[in-house]
Amino acid sequence: MLEIKDLHVSIEDKEILRGINLQVNPGEVHAIMGPNGSGKSTLASVLAGREEYEVTSGSILYNGQDLLEMDVDKRAHAGLFLAFQYPVEIPGVSTATFLKSSVNAVRKGRGLEELKPVDMLKLLRQKAAELEIDPKFLQRSLNEGFSGGEKKRNEMLQMSLLEPSLGILDETDSGLDIDALKIVADAVNKLRSPERSFIVVTHYQRLLDYIVPDFVHVLSQGRIVRSGDKSLAFELEERGYDWVREKA
Amino acid sequence: MSNSMQTLENHTSSEYKYGFTSNIDTESFAKGLSEEVVRAISAKKEEPEWLTEWRLSAYRRWLEMTEPHWPNVKYPAIDYQDIIYFAAPKKKPQYESLDEVDPELLRTFNRLGIPLGEQKILAGVAVDAVIDSVSVKTTFTKQLSELGIIFCSFSEAVKEHPDLVREYLGSVVPPADNYFAALNSAVFSDGSFVYIPKGVRCPMELSTYFRINAANTGQFERTLIIADEGSFVSYLEGCTAPMRDENQLHAAVVELISKEKATIKYSTVQNWYPGNKEGKGGIYNFVTKRGLCDGDYSKISWAQVETGSAITWKYPSCILKGDHSVGEFYSVAVTNNFQQADTGTKMIHLGNNTRSVIISKGISAGQSQNSYRGQVKVARKAQNAHNFSQCDSLLMGDKCGAHTFPYLEVENPTARVEHEATTSKIGEDQLFYLQQRGLREDDAINMIVNGYCKEVFNELPMEFAVEAQKLLEISLEGSVG
Repeated sequence: MLEIKDLHVSIEDKEILRGINLQVNPGEVHAIMGPNGSGKSTLASVLAGREEYEVTSGSILYNGQDLLEMDVDKRAHAGLFLAFQYPVEIPGVSTATFLKSSVNAVRKGRGLEELKPVDMLKLLRQKAAELEIDPKFLQRSLNEGFSGGEKKRNEMLQMSLLEPSLGILDETDSGLDIDALKIVADAVNKLRSPERSFIVVTHYQRLLDYIVPDFVHVLSQGRIVRSGDKSLAFELEERGYDWVREKA
Repeated sequence: MSNSMQTLENHTSSEYKYGFTSNIDTESFAKGLSEEVVRAISAKKEEPEWLTEWRLSAYRRWLEMTEPHWPNVKYPAIDYQDIIYFAAPKKKPQYESLDEVDPELLRTFNRLGIPLGEQKILAGVAVDAVIDSVSVKTTFTKQLSELGIIFCSFSEAVKEHPDLVREYLGSVVPPADNYFAALNSAVFSDGSFVYIPKGVRCPMELSTYFRINAANTGQFERTLIIADEGSFVSYLEGCTAPMRDENQLHAAVVELISKEKATIKYSTVQNWYPGNKEGKGGIYNFVTKRGLCDGDYSKISWAQVETGSAITWKYPSCILKGDHSVGEFYSVAVTNNFQQADTGTKMIHLGNNTRSVIISKGISAGQSQNSYRGQVKVARKAQNAHNFSQCDSLLMGDKCGAHTFPYLEVENPTARVEHEATTSKIGEDQLFYLQQRGLREDDAINMIVNGYCKEVFNELPMEFAVEAQKLLEISLEGSVG
């Protein structure tokens, strides 16, 4: 599914990622943990194709394709979805309008026909209900004035609508209370399947109580310094990130 | 420069799509301006003597005036003797049906996407199409006249309704109001005239398409709209002009009069030739638009989408004379490449309990300069005036400029005046977010820009709003053909 080899990434001549190797197979959930500034969010952004990061060496294969050669929208069409840490506000664009455009753009990119307005409406309503989102919410401007929890729920709504093959969650748990956290985790767990993989970027072990990962990787100073199963997350929680830094 | 900045540049550097010249025979005067030329225009139009004298007095005042240089725009000096002041299609058209109209003209209209004739009847819009300076076709006149509504070319109004014209012409924009208004008053060629009688709600949107067609011909349109007590009218003005190398001067005057409890909604989509990517050519658009809320509870609402012209100098204004009168100004002004716009409004509060709203959205791209200039004035005797102004600027790329010049003059302590202003760059974060959700870059930019302009588009009549969105996409597109 995803194969990252010796990935080096800089921003404004400062090296952030210094040789990342990671393989994600279909159906797996990988958690990426690490202290602030370790490069977790950079990795998520580079996978989605953010431009201000410069990949200086290394490669990323996604379903056999060279991911680094693909435009941002083409990556989305190919099934890569990034749930943002800070979803941006777009004034004057209703959430419904945005969701419709997004779903149809991705469908078109996948060689499917655009959804008829009636079917689109049905789909939006159904998915919103699953996430306990009030349909009135869809008429509001995209993310404008949304609470932290609403924004993250909106991200999950988009993920369930776009049915990605690889979902990347960039610190989706930050700033969420326990109820919102459960809703996010619920959405991810519902989407888990033998074909669909997830990369969950998080600072805290807490989220992993609800999204149980197959693998946990610890990132420190731009490198993966430890990998293991879910027990590694507990160990980290107990001993703190200093323990990893010493090891590194 | 980052890649997405590069994309913005590509996106905002497309060619003008309405650049062509149609081959209609045109009868023109020689270049230059003098009393003789003013008399000749008046004679050509078979005008009454009072109007000839009115023009001449404006011309004499104009001679004493100097061109204003306070707007935030730069252009080479205009040689007023190098302009042709009158052009009219040679075949004087008097048609009952579209079949009789010069097919070349119809093709031109079709290429511009102007649905003249049957399509418009279905859409319920009356069209008074003006090509160059003479009205070519007026539809719906009969239906409107049953309600007592007058909707005709200005020349026709001078002949058929001289008393109305004489009473109101220059009553809102006096002949010597400013340099370009004086020039217009001296040499105006044609335009539109509307009169809505007492208590009548005009059943359709009245629409006029202006078009500049003959090379080197200044356009001096004159529009006069009178809404009598308790009446309502929505008027649409839209324009495109063909590609041209030399700059063309356009100095129009629009006067609106709204009587007691009457409402005038005036919507404009302006898409004249903006010049090429290097800033060569394009229209100089120096327009005076002003409305008088004459009666109590009267209302005038301006909505404009300005995407064209090399230089725009335009401040649709409201004089709120009647008590409880309302003035509104909703504007989207787009500048790209080397375009310059200095536009805004004036709200003059004279009566008691008057209200005004100003929503201005500027979008600058390329190396253009976009200025908002607005004045809110509350006179000493105007009790409880209320103004709300919101002026937003959106920058695309890093070589363009946005400027805001708000002027406040409040002489009455009971006034409430609120002003909000923002300047933002089209966010790379926003673009990235939308693209990550599968949208192409162009579609992402259009979505952001349309969202930004929504408050103004909401004020436009439905079909005009659709047209305005398309225009915005065309004005700002580049990478997609």
